[in-house]
Amino acid sequence: MSWLLAAAIVLPLACGILGLLLRPHRAMQQAVSLVAGIAHLGIATSLLVTVWREGILVVQVGGWPAPFGITLVADHLSAAMVLITSVMGAATIVYALCDIDERALVKDFHPPLQALIGAVCGAFLTGDIFNLYVWFEVMLIASLALLISGGRKAQLDGAVRYAALSLVATTLFLSGIGLLYGMTGTLNMADLHLRVQQVENQGLLSVVAILFIVAFGIKAAVFPLFFWLPASYHTPKVAVSAIFAGLLTKVGVYSMIRVFTLIFTHDVGYTHGILLWTAGLTMVTGVLGAASHNELRRILSFHIISQIGYMVLGLALFTPLALVGAVFYILHHIIVKANLFFVAGAAERLSGSSDLKTLGGVYREQPLLAALFFVPAFSLAGFPPLSGFWAKLLVIKASVESQQYWIAAVALAVGLLTMYSMTKIWVNGIWKARPASAEKPPPLSRANRALLLGPIICLAAMTLAIGLWPGPLYDLAERAGHEVMDPSNYVEAVLGRSETAALGAGAGVGE
Amino acid sequence: MNTLILRETTRVLFTLILVFSVATLLRGHDAPGGGFVGGLIASIACSLYVFVADPKDVRRLVRTDPLKTAAAGLSLAVLSGLIGILSGGGTFLSGQWVEIGGVKLGTPLLFDFGVYLVVVGAVLTFVLEIKEPAPEPPARGDK
Repeated sequence: MSWLLAAAIVLPLACGILGLLLRPHRAMQQAVSLVAGIAHLGIATSLLVTVWREGILVVQVGGWPAPFGITLVADHLSAAMVLITSVMGAATIVYALCDIDERALVKDFHPPLQALIGAVCGAFLTGDIFNLYVWFEVMLIASLALLISGGRKAQLDGAVRYAALSLVATTLFLSGIGLLYGMTGTLNMADLHLRVQQVENQGLLSVVAILFIVAFGIKAAVFPLFFWLPASYHTPKVAVSAIFAGLLTKVGVYSMIRVFTLIFTHDVGYTHGILLWTAGLTMVTGVLGAASHNELRRILSFHIISQIGYMVLGLALFTPLALVGAVFYILHHIIVKANLFFVAGAAERLSGSSDLKTLGGVYREQPLLAALFFVPAFSLAGFPPLSGFWAKLLVIKASVESQQYWIAAVALAVGLLTMYSMTKIWVNGIWKARPASAEKPPPLSRANRALLLGPIICLAAMTLAIGLWPGPLYDLAERAGHEVMDPSNYVEAVLGRSETAALGAGAGVGE
Repeated sequence: MNTLILRETTRVLFTLILVFSVATLLRGHDAPGGGFVGGLIASIACSLYVFVADPKDVRRLVRTDPLKTAAAGLSLAVLSGLIGILSGGGTFLSGQWVEIGGVKLGTPLLFDFGVYLVVVGAVLTFVLEIKEPAPEPPARGDK
């Protein structure tokens, strides 16, 4: 079954290339993308099922053994992230069939979208830290192509900020990798886990850890490095901002979780203490930013930042329950956040505006859409019994258990402010009667309506299902959380038993 | 830019650089070189040609859309990886070899050739895009 790992990365990349070759043919590009999305969903599902049944899957690419070659690893966390990526990919492709239908845009949409999905899966599956950097670069190129497609001024403005900050992030990341390689002589993450324990200069290791916090922090949009996100996410087409909102920042959070459980655990009080403060400030600034805006997608962009705080909080507490919470939070949040962007886009198409001042009458004219907004919006705020409630409950319970009462209080207060923000959208955008000045757009055809609402309904149903039956997702998050807290299985799966024992003994002597 | 000296030098250099790029591509297996550098050298030749000639002539010379050349190169690279799986036993990207008349040919060379095409295609796309007059911007207002 090991081919599944390579297939999860190669299939989207190959279909992106095929899309490039079919460039002027709109229908064929869409068909290829759709088939690729569905096939990827199948691959990702069987990958998760295999990992669930058989444990960690490992492939040494090209037959070069670890730690010399590049290793692909799927543990529960990676497999779950790959599955959620492919769900998002499929939803975006269907939504885009209606949202992005001009010929000029379609030809520049599907190839980079597929490349983005492939790169995100690559980042989740790689077991090599330099390879992770390469996938970050591929992701950056693909997302830039998506961000500027259409070429409006606001898009270019957002894209320049996004590109500049991302380049800073990847440069810091690369410097960190260089220093780490200099100290340990390896790039394989499982091997790094063993070798950092032998490094004599533990202070220098902390410096490198800070480089990684900043690099992944920019990617994940944590305080105070988030300002590229609200500047760029509301500018491209809705389908593009939805998949960005769902996936991109979460790759940063995933990398943080991976690196700060596998490599930098030498001085948890220091590194994870910084993460804890970052998490608190990120939650607060994000939600305050959201309260001050009136445009739907801008409000939602700030909420991404605030929610990232909860995930980083889970990592910062560094207890098994907290990491279970963080994983649960990421999986729930990706579904909810992308769906909110989809709803915002549908509201714009169906009622003609995305500004709370001129939007209105959605409840009267589009009752279904109003109901569909309710599910993800109040799940985001943590309203029981929706999925966000369980996610917040886990993270807050973990912070109370580690006796960090102030951060639990902050998390609760931010939840309340999120509720305020969502209520503001509900009252002003959905409930209020249509303002007299607002023009009604021409109605959509039945097929287009189905293409817009189909993905929204599926994702809302998932949110509802997780809320009502949180058991299966909790089990998955529990396995993933415990696995990252205790990396011995991961290391053994990558390096093999004998190697691990030999190095472990060496580490004992070194100390 | 379009002076007599540049035009005449390009006539000689164009072929010379292309041959050199292929040599670099082929020696890359065991020595410094390879698809990326070879591709960059080849794109120097193409860029020189773009400077002295009309972009239309360049497009006629390379026959295909440079972006498609890049896509074809990417496909070759992926294919070279898949051969490793399909020929049984190996994983993705594991090297497979055949011997033809004493010369060993393998999937790493195919991969390098793919990279070569990607680099040439991508650089040519940029250079032609810069040299060609900009198309009219689409008539859509900014919000």
